[in-house]
Amino acid sequence: MIPQRRIERRPKSRSLFDSAIVTRAILDSFKKLDPRWQARNPVMFVVEIGSVVTSGFFIYDLVSHTGHPGFDFAIAAWLWFTVLFANFAEAVAEGRGKAQADYLRRTKSDTTAKKVDEQGRISQVPSTALRKGDIVQVDAGDLIPADGDVIKGAASVDESAITGESAPVIRESGGDRSAVTGGTRVLSDQIMVRVSANPGESFLDRMISLVEGAQRQKTPNEIALSILLAGLTIIFLIAVATLAPFSIYAGSKQTLVVLIALLVCLIPTTIGGLLSAIGIAGMDRVMQRNVLAMSGRAVEAAGDVDTLLLDKTGTITLGNRQAVEIIPAAGIDAKDASRVAYVSSIPDETPEGRSIVALAQRSGVDGDGELPAGATFVPFSAYTRMSGVDINGTKIRKGAPDAILNWVRENGGAPGTELSSEVERIARSGGTPLLLARDKMVLGAIHLKDILKPSMTERFERLRAMGIRTVMITGDNPLTAAAIAKEAGVDDFLAEATPETKMELIKREQGSGRLVAMTGDGTNDAPALAQADVGVAMNSGTQAAKEAANMVDLDSDPTKLIEVVEIGKQLLMTRGALTTFSIANDVAKYFAILPAMFATAYPVMNVLNVMRLSTPQSAILSAVIFNALIIIALIPLALKGVRYRPRGASAVLRENVLIYGVGGIIAPFIGIKLIDLILAALHLT
Amino acid sequence: MTTVGWTQAIILFLLVLVFVKPLGSYMASVLSGERTWLSPVFVPVERVIYRLSGVDETEEMTWYGYMFAVLAFSAVGFAFLYVLLRTQQWLPLNPQHFPNMAPDLAWNTAVSFMTNTNWQFYSGESTLSYLTQMAGLAWHNFVSAAAGIALAAALIRGIARTSAKSLGNFWADLIRTCLYILLPISIVGCLILVMQGTPQNFQPYQTVKSVEGFSQTLTGGPMASQEVIKELGTNGGGFVNGNSTSPNENPTPFSDLFEMWLILVIGAGLTYTYGKMVKDTRQGWALFTAMSILFFAALIVVYWAEGAGNPAIHHLGVAGGNMEGKEVRFGVAASALWANVTTATSCGAVNAWHDSFTALGGLVPLVNMQLGEIIFGGVGSGLYAKLMFVILTVFIAGLMVGRTPEFLGKKIERREVTFAMLSILVTPLLVLVPTAVAVVIPAGLATLSNNGPHGFSEILYAFTSTNANNGSAFGGLGPNLFYNITTGTNMLFGRFAEVIPVLALAGALAGKKAVPEGPGTFTTYSPIFVALLIGTILIVGALTFLPADALGPIVEHLLNLQGKTF
Repeated sequence: MIPQRRIERRPKSRSLFDSAIVTRAILDSFKKLDPRWQARNPVMFVVEIGSVVTSGFFIYDLVSHTGHPGFDFAIAAWLWFTVLFANFAEAVAEGRGKAQADYLRRTKSDTTAKKVDEQGRISQVPSTALRKGDIVQVDAGDLIPADGDVIKGAASVDESAITGESAPVIRESGGDRSAVTGGTRVLSDQIMVRVSANPGESFLDRMISLVEGAQRQKTPNEIALSILLAGLTIIFLIAVATLAPFSIYAGSKQTLVVLIALLVCLIPTTIGGLLSAIGIAGMDRVMQRNVLAMSGRAVEAAGDVDTLLLDKTGTITLGNRQAVEIIPAAGIDAKDASRVAYVSSIPDETPEGRSIVALAQRSGVDGDGELPAGATFVPFSAYTRMSGVDINGTKIRKGAPDAILNWVRENGGAPGTELSSEVERIARSGGTPLLLARDKMVLGAIHLKDILKPSMTERFERLRAMGIRTVMITGDNPLTAAAIAKEAGVDDFLAEATPETKMELIKREQGSGRLVAMTGDGTNDAPALAQADVGVAMNSGTQAAKEAANMVDLDSDPTKLIEVVEIGKQLLMTRGALTTFSIANDVAKYFAILPAMFATAYPVMNVLNVMRLSTPQSAILSAVIFNALIIIALIPLALKGVRYRPRGASAVLRENVLIYGVGGIIAPFIGIKLIDLILAALHLT
Repeated sequence: MTTVGWTQAIILFLLVLVFVKPLGSYMASVLSGERTWLSPVFVPVERVIYRLSGVDETEEMTWYGYMFAVLAFSAVGFAFLYVLLRTQQWLPLNPQHFPNMAPDLAWNTAVSFMTNTNWQFYSGESTLSYLTQMAGLAWHNFVSAAAGIALAAALIRGIARTSAKSLGNFWADLIRTCLYILLPISIVGCLILVMQGTPQNFQPYQTVKSVEGFSQTLTGGPMASQEVIKELGTNGGGFVNGNSTSPNENPTPFSDLFEMWLILVIGAGLTYTYGKMVKDTRQGWALFTAMSILFFAALIVVYWAEGAGNPAIHHLGVAGGNMEGKEVRFGVAASALWANVTTATSCGAVNAWHDSFTALGGLVPLVNMQLGEIIFGGVGSGLYAKLMFVILTVFIAGLMVGRTPEFLGKKIERREVTFAMLSILVTPLLVLVPTAVAVVIPAGLATLSNNGPHGFSEILYAFTSTNANNGSAFGGLGPNLFYNITTGTNMLFGRFAEVIPVLALAGALAGKKAVPEGPGTFTTYSPIFVALLIGTILIVGALTFLPADALGPIVEHLLNLQGKTF
């Protein structure tokens, strides 16, 4: 027995304002003052230039003993704070991701791999020397040296280092559970793995760079919003720059410091300063749900999804169907039918088989669960589509109705049609009909029922309120599919789905302008996952599916997609709300600063000083301070996102307009007045 | 403010309102190339024009094809008018033997009419021959208005079409608009004005002896025909310097009401045209509602300010509203109403001197224009400028419902925001920057007749009016080389710097797919959207000008209250 090293489990969640994160964020805020960094954000870049210029004026005041050094210092300092607060917001948003990345880097220790060459000889090589296509052997207790697919064997694997889930998972060759991730540990058995990623391109590497945000690109909506903000900045730049000659005409020349203060107050610094933090925090919230988004674009697209494709099995229904009814054929005793059904299912280990045993026992069949002596089990195969038991020459079979009918005919029987109406009734109600036969006789029908996952109906209801259409994907026939779709409350269904029909459906939806989201795990799903606007692959799925998708759910929970959609919507709402708030703030700032600027030339303008601010200097300074502090005050909102309840667009809009639009007009009047009162009380102006 | 005054305003509004649907619907048919009841008359004419000009009216144009057609057409029209102004002395129909116009003034005037501005740095009755008035100015009154409507139609098609590359055919839009919309209304309107007493002749000016025994020159000419299109096409350039204050251009209270109706009716009707062409008339009514709210809000202020009068004059014992610069025949209410109508659209015709309004009364026309001529706006231009604000509003507020903002099913993304922003940038840039230059250089102050905040308002108003292609004058500012050139340039860019991004946006939207409306869609016809649209217009459009307005009319008003005048 190999001694088990304790595996560090990836911490899933951490507080936003963890002290380590905050300390690091404060340092980063200063590093981000680098103009090359600021230049990416036109609004904050203007503020930084303003800070430099006002600082220059302050130094000139000191050296030349002219001007108002105290006032200029205060303005310069608060402008710097404005930039720093915005940097801090971004740094905090990045904080959790950076902490995660640090942890993942520690996981990425170099190991020795057992490489198998063509002759089957094993050589020890460092994991960094492995290339795509190499075959490695991994034994119990070993770390899997690279991403790959299991080509031989099956093993239980501890993936907690990546997923944070401590329960081990089974990985086996063939099928949809063949993918293994480098850095996870095999707990039992031995597997052969074909490496699918070169060093530096592994899932872990991608995960590190994603959570860290190193390659973060602006998303399309972020770019559009930046253009709007840049446009507004130019408009206000024109308004303030022309105010200089206007004030010369009015005989009240303004200092550059005052003009810069006005400019910074008017340009949309609140949203400008928080914009990138909102985007990073959105991706971070997705990560908190244990979903790895390959780009911010994918999260944003999730908010726009119009059509959600959901696999029936595992998402809408529990994976297993249960027998609820055994219907005897005409002239067959019900007890007899139950008994035969029972016997045929004793060795059947599938959940369906076990549910038949349980149902038969409930209806009074005695039995100890042991096959009678001399009986042999005939397992289910995709070819025969039936399973059963042979006892001393008597053959019992249960399976798909058409398969059983053919089998009975082959045995020389002439099955009647009396059960066909029952079979149809079961299918129509959403169940799966099985027929039960013994030699030449059809004995009865078994009704297997899909069991809906609890609370899915309400979720679909919520999705509908959000304007998202749900389409159930199933291999069932249209009758069954229609019945389950109706019971679950999905809007539409695709029956007898094949990878091709699924792809067609996606293309058709996209053709009419809709955005499509889907989940998948199998290699068959890969093309559809790639075609969908939002494709979520299950971590348990194949490597191909994970590569095609733009998100990977580490918990492998297909219903997670719904939460991702909500996060996407929340992300867009937060941007809209803060933009509205930021623009609405300008009304109050005009009323604070304009009368102050012309207090000497036109004392009558004090009528416009509706906030009754104490002095012109205090008015300007209060507006600048409010403008800086509001960024700090809104960081939690930017990081957590505005409250989201799934409702129709008009209800959401009405509420947000009231809070962020009307609130955005009123809040600064109160805030600036309070700051002015404090400044006056402290005799700071 | 009086009940009678408000009754006039409400009658005017109701008269406009009842025509929104029938006229809008008719214009939609015309612009969609459908058959109308006037087709039997005009289809043959249309065919002849296409045949003679070699236009294939079925050819679809891309957005830049459309743009080149507009620019080329305008450039040729400009050149034609410029040459006419510079050679009228040698041409027929010049009974008063007026000389050729000076080059800088001719440039200013040609640009002014080509851009639907009709800013006038000259007096028509003492400068222009009948030929220039008819073949030069009236021509542009028709085609510049038709070009505006054509551009609006191109944008509407961009919104309505999906996965399309083209926006229609400019030549067909231009010719159909002239023939089916402008011409029939003008013919009927001209006869109504003649009936009211507006001259329509080719005779030289008549010298008569007045009742007081003085000798007086009465102007004549083809006035009624030009008057009607002056209003209908929101052009505003008067035949005579007195514009609609003069008893020839605006003889009776009925003609006053009729002319205001002409100014508003197409701009208002186009909202319905838009709704019909995008197959959702609620969209059009939402715009009409937003326009009407802004219209009445402005009217309340200007009527109240003029009705309240001048405190300095009240001190002298004269009660009542402000009558300075107003035609006694019309009085305070009709003058305030007209001032609001002419600046809520891009008309610029006047029936009173805005310069003589009270400070706050003068602020209203100024702000109306600073909003970018979007209350009803110029014919066509009002609608497309308004739609730029709609797109901006959709983008800002639409995010709040948690989706990439959509406008009539089309996603508003980088390109759309860029073009809308560019077109909105034009107004602050072209109003504030030239004003800033003018107030600090000697050439800018040389022809200014007032000082202090009032003088400032005069300069600000000139650049606001020319940029907005309004053309109404505050007065008090004389022409010189500096203003001829700067206001001319301003009119040119005010029109075309806005048109180019509008067409680019139309092209971008046309190429998009439209997502069907669902419960998650942000609707652009709800009352809350109307409120948001107005909010965006006021905060983005108006607040930009608050510092400038504060140093002009606002501070002047505050100082007037203390008894200071300028």
